[in-house]
Amino acid sequence: MTQAQAQLGASAEDWRKDFPILDQSVSGHALVYLDSAASAQQPQSVIDAVARYHQEDHANVHRGVHTLSHRATEAYEGARDKIRGFVNASSRTEIVLTSGTTESINLVAQSFCRPRVGPGDKVLITHLEHHANIVPWQLVCEQTGAELVVAPIDDDGQLEFEALRALLTDDVFILAMGHVSNALGTVNPVKEIIAEARQRDIPVLIDGAQGVPHMPIDVQDLDCDFYAFSGHKMFGPTGTGVLYARESLLDAMPPYQGGGDMILEVSFDGTIYNELPYKFEAGTPNISGVIGVGAAVDYLQSIGMERVATSEQVLHDYMVESLSEIDGMRLIGTAGNKTSVQSFLLDDIHSHDLGTILDHQGVAIRTGHHCAMPVMTRFGISGTARASVALYNNLDDVDRLVEALRKAQQIFA
Amino acid sequence: MNQQSDDLRELYRELILDHARSPRHFGRLEHATHQAAGINPLCGDKLRLYLQVDADNRIEDTSFEGTGCAISVASASLLTDTIIGQPVDKAEAYFESVTKRLTHGEPAELDQNLEKLRALDGVREFPSRVKCATLAWHALHSALNQQEEPATTE
Repeated sequence: MTQAQAQLGASAEDWRKDFPILDQSVSGHALVYLDSAASAQQPQSVIDAVARYHQEDHANVHRGVHTLSHRATEAYEGARDKIRGFVNASSRTEIVLTSGTTESINLVAQSFCRPRVGPGDKVLITHLEHHANIVPWQLVCEQTGAELVVAPIDDDGQLEFEALRALLTDDVFILAMGHVSNALGTVNPVKEIIAEARQRDIPVLIDGAQGVPHMPIDVQDLDCDFYAFSGHKMFGPTGTGVLYARESLLDAMPPYQGGGDMILEVSFDGTIYNELPYKFEAGTPNISGVIGVGAAVDYLQSIGMERVATSEQVLHDYMVESLSEIDGMRLIGTAGNKTSVQSFLLDDIHSHDLGTILDHQGVAIRTGHHCAMPVMTRFGISGTARASVALYNNLDDVDRLVEALRKAQQIFA
Repeated sequence: MNQQSDDLRELYRELILDHARSPRHFGRLEHATHQAAGINPLCGDKLRLYLQVDADNRIEDTSFEGTGCAISVASASLLTDTIIGQPVDKAEAYFESVTKRLTHGEPAELDQNLEKLRALDGVREFPSRVKCATLAWHALHSALNQQEEPATTE
């Protein structure tokens, strides 16, 4: 038994069995799923919770006096409570349910920033961001005349902390940055940065899409103002997302969208908005999806996020070490603190070709720019191959990845 | 298992790998009369195709530049080999028959000049890669029709 196997223990094998989709063949090979950073698979308990809702409880929420509507509302609001506990928000009113991280960030850009910023104000982001944490801010800047400022990263894909600190000036209205880089796996020292921003009264939004699935998150401990994440990256269904926001900020923000469910009273003279968090949840929500996210929270808490983080770190480190041993390997993203993701280039083989050849050996990875084109530009490349692990991966998966990459080298030799 | 490997060999034929490694007519064309960009937003492939069309509506010279996977670069390289010296209307007809052949698997009759393009047939087993193979051809279509928006395969 290798050292990595000993560290990983039997836990990953047990967790793997909870994910039925992984038990299949692709292109005649047992599936190796290394694309969880794009979307994570769902455990049986999530699939069952969603199916049970559709089979037994479906009705619209917050509306009916009938039994099914009551059950649907209980399950939906129960999921909100679970999510609150999972990220340790102080109140359920601070958990706004959205369609995903993207909508969560757009909500903050449009409802929090747009009415308050103008020429002379700055919106500060970093060079590591996913497009979802760039474009909403570009839109706001176009709409208001504010300036978008980008904090630099170094050749390892780490934020330049001192440069970022120097950019936290009084004219910065908000700092929006990722917790974990989706393209490079860099874990940013968000707690330290938030503390710096706090000293200058600059609100901070954290894009936690790649953080929540891999480590314990405590929004009170982080002391951030906004924390955005997606259900489908944390083993729940797609079309679900969360915006944690401080209640005092949500209170002061106008609604993001108008419609049903976000109102108390409507007349043609005006509308009284609903209380938090419903003010920000217009229209019938993704009820089954949110219930699925609640089940995903139950699943993750049954394991414990500390254990998830420890186990994944072993996998990540084994993956980095194994990839490094291949001749012609160029790792992109070599930060000291990294999790779950490794981007790379192999010889001069285009990542798209690697993706096809790996798929033909049953190995699923992501290829291309990973919705983070500025990161690619920073490294002078158009894209990378990216392997990402989650709690259900094991060391064999990494070995299969390496084997498949060697095959690609043979084809392109 | 063997079938799988054969599909891969079919996709990455020697001719494709050769054109991908040493693309023909690669670079910028100084006196281009027509040009168009091709962008594949899925993988970030970007290329620009240049044409120099003479007074007789013949493609006197052509070149391309950009980055892309083996399939898109090889296809662009094969394209330049195919259309150079051809009348514009014939190049447009080539766009039609090549994209139909690759996208719908229609066995459009290939005139002798197109025979080499059979090397691209392997992509039909790889639906996600058809767009790579057709990118340069869409750029050709845009260039010939003087379209300002970059061609995409979406």
